[in-house]
Amino acid sequence: MHELSIAQSIVELAEEQARQQQASVIEEVEIEIGRLAGVEIQTLTFALESAVKYTMLEKARIVRHDIDGEGRCGDCGACFKTEALFSPCPQCGSYAVGLLRGKELRVKSIVINRYV
Amino acid sequence: MCNTHEHPHHHNEQAVLSIEQDILHRNNLLAERNRGYFEAKRILALNLMSSPGSGKTSLLEETIRRLNGRLAMYVIEGDQQTSNDANRIAALSVPVFQVNTGTGCHLEAGMINHALKHLAPPEGSLLFIENVGNLICPAMFDLGEAYKVVVVSTTEGDDKPLKYPHIFWEANVCIINKTDLLPYLDGAGIQTLRENALKVNPQLQLFELSATKGAGMDAWCDWLYNISKSTSLITSFLNSKYDKPGIN
Repeated sequence: MHELSIAQSIVELAEEQARQQQASVIEEVEIEIGRLAGVEIQTLTFALESAVKYTMLEKARIVRHDIDGEGRCGDCGACFKTEALFSPCPQCGSYAVGLLRGKELRVKSIVINRYV
Repeated sequence: MCNTHEHPHHHNEQAVLSIEQDILHRNNLLAERNRGYFEAKRILALNLMSSPGSGKTSLLEETIRRLNGRLAMYVIEGDQQTSNDANRIAALSVPVFQVNTGTGCHLEAGMINHALKHLAPPEGSLLFIENVGNLICPAMFDLGEAYKVVVVSTTEGDDKPLKYPHIFWEANVCIINKTDLLPYLDGAGIQTLRENALKVNPQLQLFELSATKGAGMDAWCDWLYNISKSTSLITSFLNSKYDKPGIN
């Protein structure tokens, strides 16, 4: 259940940034989760519901972008979409595949409401 | 609407803030603090991860017995509850600090930071961090270690690396333990397990051993001794989240 740690980290990170801007409410959080990041989306969604309680994110919309895995073969250089960490290169069959995308765990932006 | 009033007043305003930060930023920063501490004191730190019961503590006990007197060893034990493992290590007269994570399923960099202040390993020592027995969650959390070591035992089934690829993908070293039980197991055995681990991570350094019977322990202990004696600790950056451009 590391998704709860992830959810709490999202809340901490967003609140810290919002406080620096004297915001009182966070209306939206935009996150990127790679499909190969090892995060179960359903579990994360569930964990976020608890993690945002009594925080500035309590009413926030969560905008999530799921990032497809993309690998690059270390032997032949081919780039390809991949759905697993152990998919061989479709061109030459090598397992020496480096990941270009798909491991993202990122807070991209937040929308705050502040009193000015 | 504002210009219809003449007196100054406040109002609510919406603003979009670009953040672009790794969700585990805080953990990664703390991990880098640990890494800096290890580097400055030339401490070699290893993060041992596996499912419960694959033999991490037995492996540690036998490793300590073999390297005792040759290396200064320190241990941080991570478990949800009890200090059973710490007691086993303490019985070998090696300084140990037990972290109980409560309901937590993995160690985080902050817990190691805290443990280090109690344990205070001296210059040039070898630090083993035994993570909570769990093949999933520990994979995501950098502790500042030089090497991530995943332990898998022969009895767990040869498709473990494919079922739980993340931890094998993150690891630098894979230990296949309980080789003494191979004669009692059906199936293709160790060859398939080895191949599956290398499919997920072709760069894995593999050791095959039996911590309780001793086979293969020499190769593992020699490797440990050599890297902890090598003055170059460039390897401490192997698992840093900050060593690659574009990743923070």
